[in-house]
Parts: sequence; structure tokens; C-alpha cells
Amino acid sequence: MNIDSIKNGVVIDHITAGRGMKLYRLLDLDGLGVPVAIITNAPSRKKGKKDIIKIDADITVDLDVTGYVDPGATVNIIKDGAVVEKKNPELPLTLKNVLKCKNPRCITTTEQELPHVFRLTDKEHKTYRCVYCDTKASV
Amino acid sequence: MKRSVIDITDLTKEEIDRLTDTANDIINDPEKYAHICAGKKLATLFFEPSTRTRMSFEAAMYELGGAVLSMTDAASSSASKGESVSDTAKVISCYADIIAMRHPKEGAAYVASNAASVPVINAGDGGHCHPTQTLADLLTIKREKGGFSGLTVGLCGDLKFGRTVHSLIQALSRYDDIRLVLISPEELRLPDYVYNDVILKNRMKCTQTTDLLWALPKLDVLYMTRVQRERFFNEEDYLRLKDSYILTPEKLFLAKRDMIVMHPLPRVNEISVAIDDDPRACYFEQVKNGKYMRMALILKLLRENGAITY
Ligand SMILES: [Zn+2]
Repeated sequence: MNIDSIKNGVVIDHITAGRGMKLYRLLDLDGLGVPVAIITNAPSRKKGKKDIIKIDADITVDLDVTGYVDPGATVNIIKDGAVVEKKNPELPLTLKNVLKCKNPRCITTTEQELPHVFRLTDKEHKTYRCVYCDTKASV
Repeated sequence: MKRSVIDITDLTKEEIDRLTDTANDIINDPEKYAHICAGKKLATLFFEPSTRTRMSFEAAMYELGGAVLSMTDAASSSASKGESVSDTAKVISCYADIIAMRHPKEGAAYVASNAASVPVINAGDGGHCHPTQTLADLLTIKREKGGFSGLTVGLCGDLKFGRTVHSLIQALSRYDDIRLVLISPEELRLPDYVYNDVILKNRMKCTQTTDLLWALPKLDVLYMTRVQRERFFNEEDYLRLKDSYILTPEKLFLAKRDMIVMHPLPRVNEISVAIDDDPRACYFEQVKNGKYMRMALILKLLRENGAITY
């Protein structure tokens, strides 16, 4: 895989430096079995430093997860070597099966089939709380 | 439309005001309500024992002329067979018109309300919510003090783990001109998230102190809670502090003549029994009010669901 030129795939750009690995993990890119390159601390004119994720496969990136990790990131869809679409994710209102509730008294710890759902309760502080027990998601 | 009540904030301030109106009307004219729920069934689904809460719900339904299906050993009968809360709620919906549920896990009643086809009332989900206790508290304050505006409300004891306190603060935050006095040992102070998200956000007037004697003369309402031994890291701190938060006749002497003393019960020793005969002691009244508010809530939810008309 040539990390500079992706023919068909996705480039997640302008990720705040340090958040690339977390995004990689939460998007479960490891489990996809496709070539992925993570570039950390790349020079950025806007931010000084940024992380970039390049995915060399035609997949759909979860914008809610991306927006949760970094609403400032941009998701570029590449077709035949050119950017055909640019998406700006937003802070999602709910997150389903992305985070797990860490409260040992939460019903999700005993009822395994329940989806783990978090709701944005404070946009300013980016606070998400478990819909079942109201425990704050640890970022 | 099916409505459930999981958290006190599921009810608007106006709805709570109407519930207290209904409860007062029931108190004044119980006969009018004695047959209103004839033919309707309340299922009490208790996954952990809480006899007094269950009996309060059951008494409420009986006094409305309804019947009760009681599942007191829910934990042994369904959960041990591996049945999920959702499935149990769906099954019980086939028999009952309304469900009151208690469960040790936080969020269990919410899960049940999503699955049930009838209204679910949260009768306590772990340390999370217990909205009908708060309704009992609100009716007690309203009946004894005539309203909420202008009151100075002291909350004393374990403010850290006491869910009834958090929920009451949440409910009071919607009324104007209430002054809170938070009285607790340093170790059991109100958690930051309640302080920031409720008290600061709603710009409530609030004082924090460790000194019950200092606070007492200022209060219109004193809400006592249990200070439990297991909440302390060491025995020494517990022994040093426990007596400071016990209400005795000597301390009550400092209070206003029309202050009311409340407690969610059961008490251990935080209110001396010598106070029970003092006209300011309202905690047994509070228990009664809990039943009336549960009656009002059952009526409201059954009516909104089209199960009864009145
Ligand atoms: Zn949870």
C-alpha cells in the first residue's frame, strides 16, 4: 500500500493530534482486515500537528463515531485517485454500541443483549451519559 | 398513549402540581376514588425485597378499587431462569394494566418501560432513581408548608449516596425562591455532578455546612437521611461524626416552631424516637403521602393510556 496515493478508499484528515489511535480503535478498523495507515503528528497549517487515517478500501466510515472522537476531522471519500466527497462529521446526539458503560451497577452489565447507548447531555462540555444509569462516559 | 415514570424529571412541574392536587382530593374524599380502578390490575414486580415500597403501591391500588398481582420473588422466578428484564416486562404486560418495578440494577426500569406495552413506574432501580419517594416528599412539603416558594430546606446526613436527596433537589430546583442548606460531614458531601448540574445550573441559593446546630434555626424543612457506617473509610471517623447528625429533642429546641422534620425511612438512630410525638415530626405523614401520590400517579398513567376514564 502506497500511503500517499489511495485509489479507492477513505482519508480521515485533520484529526486532532493524539486522537488518531482512539478513532482507529473506536471505528474498529483493525477488525476490518483492510490496509489502513495511521499517520500521527503530521504537520498541519491549521492545527500545527494533526493525525491522519488512510483506509485503502471502499468502506463506509461511521460519521457518528468520527464526530464523537473529533468533530473537527474531515472524511474524504476517494474514487479513482480523486476526492469525490468531503464530509464534516458533527457531535452525534446519541452513540449506539460505541462506548461501554463502566458502571458496575448498570443494567447493561447483567443484560448482555442490551445495546450500549449514550446520549449527549451537554454539548458545551461534550458530555455523554448512559441512557440507562446516567453515568458519564469517560473520554 | 403509554407513559412511564422512571425519573422524577419524566414529570413536568405542572404535572407534579396536578398530581399533588389529585392526592389532596383523594385525602379529602377517598370514597370518590374507591372504585375508579375496578377491574384493573397493578403488577408489583420486585427483583429485590422492599416490603414497604411494595405495600405502599399495593395499598394504593386497593384503595382505588383495583387488584394487585404481586411478584415478590421476581429475582428467583425469572432472572434465575435467565429471562431478561425486557421479556419479563412483555409477559407481565399481558396480565396487568400497569407495572411497578423495583430492581437492584440501575436503568432496569427504563429497560422494562421500553419493552412493556403498559405503563411502568420505577419503584427504585439500585441507587439511581426512586421517583415516587420524591413525589411523597413534595406532597408532604406542600401540605405542611402550603407551597414551596420562600422555603429554606435543610438536607442533612449522607448527601453523597442518598439518591432521595439528589432527586428531591432536582425536583425543588424547578420552583422559585428556594434556599437549600446542605448539612453533611465532608466525606458525605453532595457530589459535584449534582451540585454543578442541578444547583448551579438552576441558580439555586445554597449553603453548605458541616454544622447541624448552626443550620437548624434557619430551616423551614429539615430532611434527615441515614449516615451509614459502611460509607466511612474508618471506624474512627464514623464514631466521631455519627452523633453530630442525630436529631434529638435538645437540638430540635433550636429549630423554628413550625419547621417540619422529614425522613425517607427506615431510620436507624438519626432521629431520636423522643421526637416522634413532636408536632414537627412529619415522617410518618410522609409515608401516608407516599401512598396518596402513588394513587394519583397510577390514576394519571392509567388514564393517559386509556385504561380508565374519570
Ligand atoms: Zn450505564
